[in-house]
Amino acid sequence: MALVEIKNVRKNYGPLEVLKGVSLDVEKGEIVTIIGRSGSGKSTLLRCINALETINSGEILLEGQSVSTSMDGLRQMRQKVGIVFQAFNLFPHMTIEKNVTLAPILTGKTDKRGAKELAFSVLERVGLADKLNAYPEQLSGGQQQRVAIARCLAMSPHLMLFDEVTSALDPELVGEVLKVMEGMAAQGMTMVLVTHEMNFARNVATKLVFMHQGRVWEQGDPKTLFANPQTPELKSFIGHHAR
Amino acid sequence: MPNFNFRPLWRYEDQFIDGVLTTLLLTVSATAIGLVIGIIGAVVLRSGPKSARIGVRAYIEIIRNTPALLQIFIIFFVLPTIGLKFSPIQASIVALSIYFGAYASEILRSGLSSIPPSQIEAGLCLGLTRWQVLSRIVLPPAIRNIYPSITSQFVLLLLGTSIASQVSADELFHAAGFIDSRTYRSFEVYALTCGIYFTLVVFFKIVFALVGRAVFRWPTRR
Amino acid sequence: MRQFSFSDLIFLATALEWTFLMAAIALAFGVPLGLALALARTSGSTVLRLVASAFVELIQGIPLLGLLMFFYFGIPVLAGKDVPTVVAVGAAYTIYTAVFLGDIWRGGIQAVRQAQWEAGACLGLSWLQQFVHIIGPQAFRIALPATVGFLVQLIKNTSLASVVGLVELARAGQMISAGTFQPLLVYTLVAAIYFTICFPLTTWSRTLEARLNGAR
Ligand SMILES: Nc1ncnc2c1ncn2[C@@H]1O[C@H](COP(=O)(O)OP(=O)(O)OP(=O)(O)O)[C@@H](O)[C@H]1O
Ligand SMILES: [Mg+2]
Repeated sequence: MALVEIKNVRKNYGPLEVLKGVSLDVEKGEIVTIIGRSGSGKSTLLRCINALETINSGEILLEGQSVSTSMDGLRQMRQKVGIVFQAFNLFPHMTIEKNVTLAPILTGKTDKRGAKELAFSVLERVGLADKLNAYPEQLSGGQQQRVAIARCLAMSPHLMLFDEVTSALDPELVGEVLKVMEGMAAQGMTMVLVTHEMNFARNVATKLVFMHQGRVWEQGDPKTLFANPQTPELKSFIGHHAR
Repeated sequence: MPNFNFRPLWRYEDQFIDGVLTTLLLTVSATAIGLVIGIIGAVVLRSGPKSARIGVRAYIEIIRNTPALLQIFIIFFVLPTIGLKFSPIQASIVALSIYFGAYASEILRSGLSSIPPSQIEAGLCLGLTRWQVLSRIVLPPAIRNIYPSITSQFVLLLLGTSIASQVSADELFHAAGFIDSRTYRSFEVYALTCGIYFTLVVFFKIVFALVGRAVFRWPTRR
Repeated sequence: MRQFSFSDLIFLATALEWTFLMAAIALAFGVPLGLALALARTSGSTVLRLVASAFVELIQGIPLLGLLMFFYFGIPVLAGKDVPTVVAVGAAYTIYTAVFLGDIWRGGIQAVRQAQWEAGACLGLSWLQQFVHIIGPQAFRIALPATVGFLVQLIKNTSLASVVGLVELARAGQMISAGTFQPLLVYTLVAAIYFTICFPLTTWSRTLEARLNGAR
């Protein structure tokens, strides 16, 4: 059983159909990168997995269970799925430690005493253990994004979703975030990420998904697809993004 | 040079003090009730059913576009004709609460919508309940954003309670009228009264500034 | 006891003239004074800034009712002779208007970026030229919504002149209500008149505000 099973999902905003029957499996431990032109539905797909958007037809199974529509079921599910956005979305009024420990405490994953240790250990994983008492506004973009990742890690997620997490960063800050993500990949985290970082897609990912006009246009082994795209659309996409 | 004489006023120290206390009672009650109205109003404006939203909008517009003096008259003189009788103090509290509630609704609504939806999403994605997201993530920065406008509205309310004197609620301004009628020292009485209001305002402004600085410690952009 | 009649409507209309007259006097004298206050508070002179700020702080710290009484009783004492009520009331509303508009406009002037002054200075413009041609128009656009919003406050607050016996709209309503024992009818009517004047202004202010935010 795959960790995530996406079966023929359709999604429209009003008259605009954004996902036109998407099917995709994510196995445990897999690193799936989704690439594709702007507007092809990548973000929408990620948001559907996390039920931030409701789907119009089809089905999404997480660990064999259909994504619930009840508020309680949704919360249970979201506690297992971490998502990081392009805009870091840290909570400006909380210290880094509070940002990281808020959800584990409120959802009963840890008590206040354990929270401090938890904060230290996840922040150490992203290289920011010295920033426990800083506020988000006092950090650089790259640091904020690493805190956002740590905030998810503190919930010990089974699956991590990343939506263009390096796109808003200055070029010199991209590397530190990618390094953290590579570290997570090496430790066996299941990850689905939308990215324009072709090197990451080629070298770290275990599966490449090319989306085009609301469909999974091509998918397979990254190195094979990069070397040998089957469709003219992927070929031209790679052509545009190759450096 | 006209000769001022504040001495006759000293005998009325008690009246001044009682007046100040009543003024504070009116201000604090109307703020408390008005904030409750404001919270309900803001929530309805944001996510209530359409008919309720229209109702709240109408309430806000009617209150904000008519004089508070008239509102207090209507509560005190008109409502008794349909069997709702209030004492001057009660009528003043009711009128001022309704008045403050209209402004508070608008301010609180703007506070809630000043928080980007992405903050709410981030909270929901961590598996928090809607209530947890509201209380832990949305409200603290929202309250900080509206703190200046809600506190200056409080000051305007404090000064505005003086109109309660017009339905003879015995607050500070009413006390001034009484003392004026006894001493015939109109100018001195009202100069002193204005001084007392000013002192109260400065006091609250200082308190609000200190509280604000103590509570809102996190750095913001710019 | 008598019935509410046509002559009462005429009476209200006459009183409404006083309401408008008070607002007009307040604006006629309050606008230039308010502009002066705004300029003083944004000027380079520390003394000027402090004095103007203290004055604004003082007036904004006392009730308008208090201001009215202060002038009503104070002018005769200070001037040594009686003046018509309109003059005392007009003076109070002028000060009130000047202080609130001055505060709004100061905000507008300060919202125009420092770089704009510097740009003006680089062009070799005098301080006055910089203000008239560069800063003023921008500040005016920024402050216009709040200025219109204040107009609503001013019109509503002319009702307080009734306290010193000026027969404007609210006072006229009180008198008719007392004469006819029909407070519900009379006060609703008077409230409706205020609403009819103020609501379009509020709406206009909000439209300006939205346009301003959209343009940014
Ligand atoms: N809330 C929404 N309401 C209406 N249309 C939307 C909404 N969100 C996205 N869309 C539309 O859906 C389409 C797919 O959007 P999506 O954000 O999934 O694209 P994307 O592949 O992530 O693009 P990008 O690379 O620019 O982020 C776009 O045409 C977009 O305009
Ligand atoms: Mg996207």
